Amino acid sequence: MLKRLRQFFRFPGGIHLAHRKEASSEKAITQLPLPEKLILPLRQSAGATPVPIVKAGDKVKKGQRIAAAEGWISASLHAPTSGTVRDVGDYPVAHPSGLAAPSIVIEADGEDAWGERQPFLEQTATEYARQVFNPERVQHYLQDMGVVGMGGAVFPSHVKLVKAPGIPLETLIVNGAECEPFVTCDDRLMRERADEIISGLIFLTELLGVREALIAIENNKPEAAVAMQNALAARLESVVHHIRVVIIPAIYPAGSLKQLVYMLTGKRAPIGVLPTQLGVQCFNVATIHAIWRAVAHGEPLIRRIVTVTGDVERPGNLEVPLGASIADILRYAGMRGSADGCLVGGPMMGFLLPHGDAPIGKGIHCLIARSPQLFPPEAPESPCIRCTSCAEACPQGLLPYELYWWSRAGDFAKTQRYHIHECIECGCCAYVCPASIPLPQYFRFAKDQLRAAAKNQEMADQARERFEFRQFRIEREKAERAEKLAQAARAQSAKRAVEQAGASSAPPTSEAEAIIAAAVERTRMAHEAETIDPKPEPGNPA
Amino acid sequence: MEILPAVLVMALGALILGAAIGYVATRFKVEGDPMVEKINALLPQTQCGQCGYPGCKPYAEAIAKDDAAINLCPPGGDEGARRLADLLGREYTPLSAECQKESKAGVALIDEANCIGCTLCIQACPVDAILGAAKQMHTVIAPFCTGCELCLPPCPVDCIEMKAIPQTPENWEWPRPARKVPVSLIKTPVDIPC
Amino acid sequence: MNPFSAPYLHRPVSIQRSMNLVLLALLPGILAYLLLIGPALVVQIFIASVSALLFEGVLLYWRGKPVKERLHDHSALVTAWLIALTFPPLSPWWLTVIGVFFAIVIAKQLYGGLGQNPFNPAMIAFAVCIIAFPALMSQWPAQGLTLSFSRQVEIIFGFAPHLDALTSATPLDAIKTALKTDVLHDNVQELLMSQNLYGTFAGRGWEWVTTAYLCGGIFLLIMGVISWHVPLAFIVSMSALALVCWLVDPTRFADPLFHLFSGGAILGAFFIATDPVSGCATPRGKLIFGAGAGLLAYLIRVFGSFPDGIAFAVLLMNLTAPLLDLYCQPRVFGALPSMPVKRADEEKEDAP
Repeated sequence: MLKRLRQFFRFPGGIHLAHRKEASSEKAITQLPLPEKLILPLRQSAGATPVPIVKAGDKVKKGQRIAAAEGWISASLHAPTSGTVRDVGDYPVAHPSGLAAPSIVIEADGEDAWGERQPFLEQTATEYARQVFNPERVQHYLQDMGVVGMGGAVFPSHVKLVKAPGIPLETLIVNGAECEPFVTCDDRLMRERADEIISGLIFLTELLGVREALIAIENNKPEAAVAMQNALAARLESVVHHIRVVIIPAIYPAGSLKQLVYMLTGKRAPIGVLPTQLGVQCFNVATIHAIWRAVAHGEPLIRRIVTVTGDVERPGNLEVPLGASIADILRYAGMRGSADGCLVGGPMMGFLLPHGDAPIGKGIHCLIARSPQLFPPEAPESPCIRCTSCAEACPQGLLPYELYWWSRAGDFAKTQRYHIHECIECGCCAYVCPASIPLPQYFRFAKDQLRAAAKNQEMADQARERFEFRQFRIEREKAERAEKLAQAARAQSAKRAVEQAGASSAPPTSEAEAIIAAAVERTRMAHEAETIDPKPEPGNPA
Repeated sequence: MEILPAVLVMALGALILGAAIGYVATRFKVEGDPMVEKINALLPQTQCGQCGYPGCKPYAEAIAKDDAAINLCPPGGDEGARRLADLLGREYTPLSAECQKESKAGVALIDEANCIGCTLCIQACPVDAILGAAKQMHTVIAPFCTGCELCLPPCPVDCIEMKAIPQTPENWEWPRPARKVPVSLIKTPVDIPC
Repeated sequence: MNPFSAPYLHRPVSIQRSMNLVLLALLPGILAYLLLIGPALVVQIFIASVSALLFEGVLLYWRGKPVKERLHDHSALVTAWLIALTFPPLSPWWLTVIGVFFAIVIAKQLYGGLGQNPFNPAMIAFAVCIIAFPALMSQWPAQGLTLSFSRQVEIIFGFAPHLDALTSATPLDAIKTALKTDVLHDNVQELLMSQNLYGTFAGRGWEWVTTAYLCGGIFLLIMGVISWHVPLAFIVSMSALALVCWLVDPTRFADPLFHLFSGGAILGAFFIATDPVSGCATPRGKLIFGAGAGLLAYLIRVFGSFPDGIAFAVLLMNLTAPLLDLYCQPRVFGALPSMPVKRADEEKEDAP
């Protein structure tokens, strides 16, 4: 068995959860039959929403770009199969609000025919790759390939390849912790496609020039750790680049960025500091797999592995094209009649799908058919007695009972003082709360209120500036007009003086004449503009 | 004679304190009225003029001079009146009756097919959020629009309307938790009064 | 539709479970007390429990709260039991009811019910009654007094004559009297022995009751219902002060062990000062809270005019709890030691 290779730094708080992964952890990855219709929400990543570059009626090939990244923190979107674009419009998306968002609907033609693919590097020729190695090219390539973080945060991966200036990148962490109960898609991916993950990892270590790379796997996934270890042993580069598999204790939320970085390196990211600034970068295993599929095979991110479990007949891990309907997937897995809803994401940080259906996006790793047996209804909320269980469980060292108190009271400024923005919404506090208070929802509510208030403040500041500038402009224009009138009057009197001086003298200078003519024209124009006929004739709008 | 030292001490004290006060008054003199800025920072900057003043700053000045009540700002709403009351130490009063009409945040939209290019709305807009020239059709720069509705009355052809800002997953906000009853897809949730 | 946020998994814990564990942890102490005093204690617990549930139910109903649901949290029972255990066991029934009234109605429900009370309700009851009825609240049964159950019931329900003859000074009273008068013995132990008040290591008989409370308290620690901070700080600070005084003058001051096992020290350290609602919530705050309560309790019971100081010590520390919590906020994960910990009240509230 694998030895513990290094000492761990135990982050504060955290909880031990029943893993409940057994239903799907032994089920190999299978392919979902190609759906007839795919709905692809444009917004599939953090940052800016990409802009559609196809319209209804267009034929698309599998892997063809259908929406282009907008700005730097944004990723492109591609057709997951060949077919016809049916519509570009608003469709419900997988979001706790249940609202609709701009999406592209593709009707599959069943051929699943790839368009042209241009792998960034030939699959075997790492030497060739070295020659063309150019971090910026890789970044742009991955942006074009639409690769985003697949652990749930969907942050565009190419942005994470940019090094913080002046700070050497020491450690690359591969997040295979998968700490949420029920979820097994990363476990299966590591067991079945370890070679590709390792290839991707070697590519990244070479690209970023890191000192060491650590593959963090929780101790409840020994098979995955063995598979990764075997794949590592087969590659000479793993020694060169100091790549190691590290078994970490299964404490929720060990897979959270700050906690994982601390656990492995002992580096604590202070408030407002990104791990890159500490010389650490972290990628999910599925993201590294997607990066490798892109650079080696020219495959954009058009499919992902989703764990389907809970109250279904055939729990398992399905590889599904993006845009596949969640209802279809649940039906395929045999959702039982006793199920009364679907959790999207894990049970600790996911959300209940508010309506029957929505499409799969890049960040959805798990679907759980919910039933009262699996998730017994909770006791009604009782008053907080400040037992501080929540503070003891909080991996971020916050005081959730204080945050709750002020969020509930609507004093959001106070929640900021208690560092609400450091809350990672992991749900540990609510898990241990004896009063059954939905603490994370209070925090989400407070954060959203703060965000809206900040936006309003920004709008107000902008409006104030524009209003003040307008006042200033009006004043200036008034002054200018007065100046011009004075000038015109001066010219007039000068002309009169000239006329009086010699009635038979030479005609007025052309200069003076021009000034007057211009002034007359201006006043006439202004007058016209003000007294324009308010009722234009029909059919002749302006 | 016993009174003399006491008088002298008091006189000296008065002199020193007077000098200190005089020095402090010149040394830490506050330019302008900082209260106006503070009040203005709490106003929503819609510049709608519904308070009866031509913009938020004039209203702030009037409040600072104690000429105006603090409950005249419909876009700021009750919450705004409350915050003004906090700042000024005045008693909170709910929005005055004529300000009670619900002011809905939105943006103006010009029906470009009907616009005659009269520039009247451009002149009415307090934040220069309308673009256009005489006899050219106008358009609203939506991110700059404060939703003040001042452009609606001057339009001779009524081609401007207020559009509500649509709710999207990006601007959606988590609601304050209701008394808990887990939601299911089948049953409609019920709030238990508590 | 109101979305209902994650997490969807919950540990099977509840306030009722915590309160039940506290009640369970009190049982050994109650048993020992029962052996010492007799069944009167059961009558007192019964009176206190019934009146507490009654007051709580009525007040919840008036306040428009879900009565059944809230009564089930058993917090009123904990308060009632603590009142029954801190009041003299032969006090008249109406005294207990008045105590419960002040605890549940005034100190708890009128402040907003469970979770809202700034002061420990049971200690409010004790403080109110000892100020209003000092004589009755000092009538502790004399050592070795054995009365039949029916006689005890008669005393509690006021059918019996006044029981001055049956009561005597507690060990703590005896020491206090000795401190103020100038009765000289070699040490305090001798003084108490002369009055037949000293047992094996502390007050005779009572020492075992306190030991039983200690067992219950350790059970609560193991079950994770209370944290170690308050009891430890309480015991350490009280023993330290007692040690200093004892070393200075053993003829007037009792040893630390005696102090810990006399009166309500252990009950206070594990069951009263650990009340989460009225106490501190931050770890450092809890340490200061416990230490302060221990020091004050010692000072009041030795130099003050009340038989024991736990109630006033805890109430005084309750006053300081919000301030202590404000100044003792723990560092957020990742905050560097060099970073100043910003308190929640610093800076005037800027933007929204």
